[in-house]
Amino acid sequence: MTARILALHGGLLALLPALHFLLPVYHHGNLARIMVLACYAIGYNLLFGYTGLLSLGHAMFFAAGMYGMGMALYHLGLGAELAFLAGIAAAGGLALVVGLLALRTVGVAFMIVTLMFSQAFYLAILLAARWTRGDEGLVLAGADRVLFGLDLTDPDIRFLLALGLFALCLSATLWLVRRPFGRVLVAIRENPERAELLGYDIFRHKLAAVVMSGLFSGAAGAAYGLMFGYVGASFAEVHFSIFPLLWVLLGGAGTVIGPFFGVLFMFYLIDISSGLTPAYMLVAGVALVLLTLFAPQGLMGEVRRRWLRWLP
Amino acid sequence: MSDPTKPGATPADPARRAALKTLAGAGTAAAALPLWARYTHAQSAAPIRVGFQMHATGIGAAYGRWYDRTTQAAARVINAAGGINGRPLEIVTEDDGTDPRRGAEVVEKFANQHRVDVAFGTLFSHVVIGSAPRAGELKLPYFAVSEGHHVASGMLNRWTLQPGITDVKSQVLAVAPFVAETLGRKVTMIFPDYAFGHDHRDFFSEAIAAQGGEVIAKLAIPPTETSFTRYFPRIPRETEVIYHVMVGPAVLTFVKEMGEFFGPSRPAIFGFIDSLEAVDLRSPGLDFLEGTYFWEGMPRYVQPDQTEFDRHFRAEVGIDENGASASDPRDVSTYAHMFGCWETLYIIKRGMDAAGYAGPQDRQKLVEAVEAMTDMAESNEHPQGAKLFNGRTHQVFGQQHVSRLENGRLDVVRTVPLEETFYPDEVDYTARPF
Amino acid sequence: MEFGPYLMLAALEGAVTAAVLALMAAGLSLVFGVMRVVNVAHGEFYMLGAVLAFVVAGMAGGGALGFVAVLVAVPLIVAALAVAADVTVLKRVGYDPERTIVATIGILYIVQQVTLMGYGPDARPVAAPFNQRIALPWVEWGAGGPSLYWPWGLSITSYKLFVIGAAVVVLALLWVLMTRTRIGLVMRATQLDRETAQAFGIPVERVYALVFGLGAGLAALAGVLIVPIQQAHYLMGGDALLLSFIVVIIGGLGSLSGTLIAALLIGLSDGILSVFFSPTLAKIVATLLVALVLVFRPQGLMGKPER
Repeated sequence: MTARILALHGGLLALLPALHFLLPVYHHGNLARIMVLACYAIGYNLLFGYTGLLSLGHAMFFAAGMYGMGMALYHLGLGAELAFLAGIAAAGGLALVVGLLALRTVGVAFMIVTLMFSQAFYLAILLAARWTRGDEGLVLAGADRVLFGLDLTDPDIRFLLALGLFALCLSATLWLVRRPFGRVLVAIRENPERAELLGYDIFRHKLAAVVMSGLFSGAAGAAYGLMFGYVGASFAEVHFSIFPLLWVLLGGAGTVIGPFFGVLFMFYLIDISSGLTPAYMLVAGVALVLLTLFAPQGLMGEVRRRWLRWLP
Repeated sequence: MSDPTKPGATPADPARRAALKTLAGAGTAAAALPLWARYTHAQSAAPIRVGFQMHATGIGAAYGRWYDRTTQAAARVINAAGGINGRPLEIVTEDDGTDPRRGAEVVEKFANQHRVDVAFGTLFSHVVIGSAPRAGELKLPYFAVSEGHHVASGMLNRWTLQPGITDVKSQVLAVAPFVAETLGRKVTMIFPDYAFGHDHRDFFSEAIAAQGGEVIAKLAIPPTETSFTRYFPRIPRETEVIYHVMVGPAVLTFVKEMGEFFGPSRPAIFGFIDSLEAVDLRSPGLDFLEGTYFWEGMPRYVQPDQTEFDRHFRAEVGIDENGASASDPRDVSTYAHMFGCWETLYIIKRGMDAAGYAGPQDRQKLVEAVEAMTDMAESNEHPQGAKLFNGRTHQVFGQQHVSRLENGRLDVVRTVPLEETFYPDEVDYTARPF
Repeated sequence: MEFGPYLMLAALEGAVTAAVLALMAAGLSLVFGVMRVVNVAHGEFYMLGAVLAFVVAGMAGGGALGFVAVLVAVPLIVAALAVAADVTVLKRVGYDPERTIVATIGILYIVQQVTLMGYGPDARPVAAPFNQRIALPWVEWGAGGPSLYWPWGLSITSYKLFVIGAAVVVLALLWVLMTRTRIGLVMRATQLDRETAQAFGIPVERVYALVFGLGAGLAALAGVLIVPIQQAHYLMGGDALLLSFIVVIIGGLGSLSGTLIAALLIGLSDGILSVFFSPTLAKIVATLLVALVLVFRPQGLMGKPER
């Protein structure tokens, strides 16, 4: 059982560096972006797919990571390494605060509370325009974006670092969900009262899930900002909170590799259809409706349901 | 044999990928070209590909539509006159959804998949700022058509230029004297709480103070606000002039509610036509604006001193004498901005001519050729008026107009010559490396 | 402006917001309460109401009669579209919460893009059937006791008063529908216990289609009422959806009266807070207040606490 799981996930992680050598430059660049966004989706999946908590405000964690890194780099002059850590810490701290408050609610109330905190965060970014430059955002100089001596303006280095981050998030999630902790999360998703009855401290578990989800999303945000040199308020808007939900649902909620395929699918759906018609969002909308009608578990979820029942 | 679509050499191409990449790149690029352009010998007849980053969806869509029409018209006219260096001009359009994240992705698509020679067309400031860094990294000449001060502020890179349209700072400098002399010296500013609005707030406060005036109140309206009445009570009674630059879909509500708030007794009002671009001035609720003043980049309504160049521009793009579409008089254009696309394409042509542009390997020479430009005469290529380009700041200067709204049309009351719109340089891009 | 009149102005504006919000939220509350699904496309029905109002008003000619035509026809058209969406998509996914979210997001994109292609990206106005400015008086205490005066800028328009009145009437009719008619009884029964209702022979799926259509019709009506004040723009559904969501949750799931109270509170507070704080700060405060209300009272104002 474990060998199959390792083979599958390890296989994906081995395929990606191979693609580094094979892909044309355009798709190579896309894949770097996709891998970073997949970390965001993986973070979201931990909370939604495994713990069953639907947040509508995850953009605030991504943006906290991005701005934590950006402020440290731009205003405090910290090096890229420390700035990256600052971003992750900011996202984790925000996740802790939000978790402590929001976890007093469940279901739809939780959705709205996370949405509200995210909106307030977005508005705060606009209010603090003196430092954040509001909706325009900050451009990070290429000279500052050097991580451990590696120049992040180089597309190859970008790809490999994105791959490294993705590999880390994927492996961490795989490890987490197969441990007792992960299984308790699933239990909480399936039947919270029973889990509580069995003696598990569900509040602690949920809080840990929120914080970890925030850390992954924040790491993705900090990485995205560092790699592409732009920190902007549009990453904190509501629609950027809807995307990970879409990605995870499409790729397969509650599967480890599902989020990656969700991001990949949506990215190329939009990319290809925008080449065919200016009405590409129409194509995306139709695709979503068809997918939910005929493949409701998402891509990997359907794979798990029909063929690979052991997929974590 | 040279492949006209080979990407420009970027310093970061590792040797081990070069062979496979060129094969794959040439393959996909050749597949992306229209059939008639797949030459193996006549490189000179292969088209110049210009990437047009269009706001086709999202909040900028109303502008994007007109930018598109103007761009297609300009390309058609340029091609009818022989193209660029004998090569036809081909516009490759991508939608950026008025979103900075998608804008950066589109820039990559232009450079790496469509293999365009240059890219242009972005209007909204935050999208320009989100996209330009990628263009700089990919060494793709990027021409913003944006009015934003971001290019001239030094925030961006040497590959980003704005030679086709003037920026907010010079526009504000142009109108401040008129406001102080003609309308009043105690000004209340109403602006969106965006960077665009902040720029107006900062530049105009400075400019009116230099004229001996004063901004007595600044009302920053939150983004996406849809009802404005509750903000108007903050306007002090002693306001002589209201200066407003509200933009977005709610603008008509803003004007209507302002009219309803003041009723019959209102102060002088000065606005920017940005508020009413693509909006019919005879719309219900706008009668309140009778007798108020607007900045116009290019007069929407034909003026008594219309030049043949303006006539030519209108004829080619399909605009009637009221600034609306010739085939649908209710379809009002974004006349004060869209000339930027037309003029930018002509500047790209002029730059390529000057640089002897043969392909993407000459992109740097193209930027240097544009940086060397100074005077741009009023002509069919520059119908908005004569311009002066500042190669160090990558920003162009041109004349500005103040118009008065009377009987449902705008008439120019003052044209400010471009010499009165200068401000000191804030950057010298030519000192920066490529 | 002095404080008293300023507050009154903000309250009046807030009342208009609350009226439109209440209509829209009532529609969402119905759908949420009876069908237990999140309709992310609800805001698009509001937008369709505004856009179709523009179209129908153009065809019917202006004036009061044209507006009546719009008021009647447009909500029915949008309701019909919603019923079609329900029958073709939502029924097929079995009203599963997650699948409905994805499906309605897809419908949202489809509706937005079709509107963009057909109606265009511009924000277009619709003339109100009547719109007089009414200056409002305020009381001041002078030497001879209280007297009325007309503060500069304190005014409302007749159309805005009409909107408030129309919303009150429609909501009253809705209440009568829900509590005094057979259809309302059937809807409430389905909301209480779907299986038992089915056991009693209630055609639950038809009820769902009806409720979905009614919810969309209410949203469209809100759009029609607001369009002479604002404009019809293809992106206007997003913010409206957010606000009505908040109202429904704060009011408490399944409680129409809670929804109405919440709409009033949120509509008014949005306006009144801006009197005290700078606008963007006021929005932040309002947003955080909503979150905190839910944190400390998750069932909303009138909802029942989760067991």
